[in-house]
Amino acid sequence: MGRLDNKVAVITGAASGMGRATAIRFAGEGAAIVIADLNQEGGEAAVRECRENGGRAVFQKTDVADEAQVKAAIARAVSEFGRLDITYNNAGLGGALGPIENTTVENWDRTFAVLLRSVFLGIKHSVPEMRKVGGGSIISTASIAGILGAAGPLVYSVAKCGVIHLTRCAAVELGKDRIRVNCICPGGINTPLLHKHIPGGEEATRQLLQNIQPIPKVGDGDDIAGMALYLASDDSQWVTGTAMVVDGGFVARGSFLGGPSVFDVPTRWSGPSFEKD
Amino acid sequence: MGRLDNKVAVITGAASGMGRATAIRFAAEGAAIVVADLNQEGGESTVRQCRENGARAVFQKTDVASEADVKAMIARAVSEFGRLDITYNNAGLVGALGPLEEVTVEEWDRTQAVLLRGVFLGIKHSIAPMRQAGGGSIISTASIAGMRGGFGPHPYSAAKAGVINLTQCAAVEFAKDRIRVNCICPGGIDTPIMGRRASESSGAEAQAHAQPLQRIGQPEDIANMALFLASDESEWITGTSMLVDGGFMARAHSFGRMTTATWANFKGYVGPSFEIKS
Repeated sequence: MGRLDNKVAVITGAASGMGRATAIRFAGEGAAIVIADLNQEGGEAAVRECRENGGRAVFQKTDVADEAQVKAAIARAVSEFGRLDITYNNAGLGGALGPIENTTVENWDRTFAVLLRSVFLGIKHSVPEMRKVGGGSIISTASIAGILGAAGPLVYSVAKCGVIHLTRCAAVELGKDRIRVNCICPGGINTPLLHKHIPGGEEATRQLLQNIQPIPKVGDGDDIAGMALYLASDDSQWVTGTAMVVDGGFVARGSFLGGPSVFDVPTRWSGPSFEKD
Repeated sequence: MGRLDNKVAVITGAASGMGRATAIRFAAEGAAIVVADLNQEGGESTVRQCRENGARAVFQKTDVASEADVKAMIARAVSEFGRLDITYNNAGLVGALGPLEEVTVEEWDRTQAVLLRGVFLGIKHSIAPMRQAGGGSIISTASIAGMRGGFGPHPYSAAKAGVINLTQCAAVEFAKDRIRVNCICPGGIDTPIMGRRASESSGAEAQAHAQPLQRIGQPEDIANMALFLASDESEWITGTSMLVDGGFMARAHSFGRMTTATWANFKGYVGPSFEIKS
């Protein structure tokens, strides 16, 4: 008996990292999954892994900044599996990097479109379908960068702070419909979004990040998937409006970095992890 | 296959409410439990329910404000079940009520002794056996009252704020030992801490609507979060205060005018729930 038996989930950014780990975990607990991502190759691999884990899954190519495509991803869940119980707004990117005075309005807007407009759209289009089935669970990926200053690139951090607050506001609005809205604040997780920037890739990132939090280990997608599973399941039926910290203790410690932010990096754009910048 | 197979847990305040619900849930997931409480009758009843769920469980009479009692409670887990993996510092009471200018030092101290010293002692004495086991998970019951003013009696709220920060400090100190320290901030839960359950009071309907999800929390809602924090699924989570509150904290002014002034209108000292004769 799985913890998500008979439930249907849409997961964005499920072609890699936390989204993919969550999709595989959900599939193992009995859910049917729509893998939504821009990255077709990674998305189809995730579909295969979900099926190997005993779940039903389909790929839906989705740009989460585009309302029509988010609508189509939600509609796919209903046409394919008959209902929608869980939406995990997880897709993300690094966005605009560099000092604020060099940040263009275009890159500010593009970052917000992918990180915050997307969550708005994911919530907006999930509501009617979740109402039909008497409730649901909406989860979004925020970040510890949305809680602390300078724990991430500037624009990214502000957008993630927006995700946390959008979560609270939507939770209050949708409580009466038994639609729960929560977000997860990951700390330093070793996913392609990060390690594509670090010379030496995944292993170098592991070395770099393993001691930035009290627990001397880098987080991985499975650490986030465990929390997402709790929030998706009926175990959390009285939990809404929260920002769940999964960070190896990073936020609990008052200071670590000491000097200037590690995100003082040259001005550039950091797109989806599977694309070359 | 249970999510806590082969793990040993100590749960304080397990004779009723959230502690009891958690003991029963942990038992069903394969853990062996020391049910610690001052309330012997309720504790023995929890032990029976754990056993009916297929688990091993024993009762240990414990005053969490007493260092000797807490030490004995932890020792009981090791002598009875051979190890310690999980400690849930949950025992509580309402403590001192009334305007701060009328709260006596004795009432203040008794409140802090149970709510905050109790958590300190639970952490302190869990460390050695958890180190021996290669790590562990310590959970404490904090409260939404520890996050803002006016959501609970004032000495209670101050103690709960202390639990949240003690959780962070201990998490930083013991992370290298793979001992995780987290707390849960419940909202309004239907437990007998005030002598009778909220669902049995005349204000039940209003209390249900104090949170966006429009129902009072049940002890099982807390037990489910405690299970997540106790299990290996949360192995990269430490120093957190997990809200389980039906959305209460996401909304401003849920009580409207019924906040600080109202709490100060109650008078006296409220001890453990099983001692309240209402």
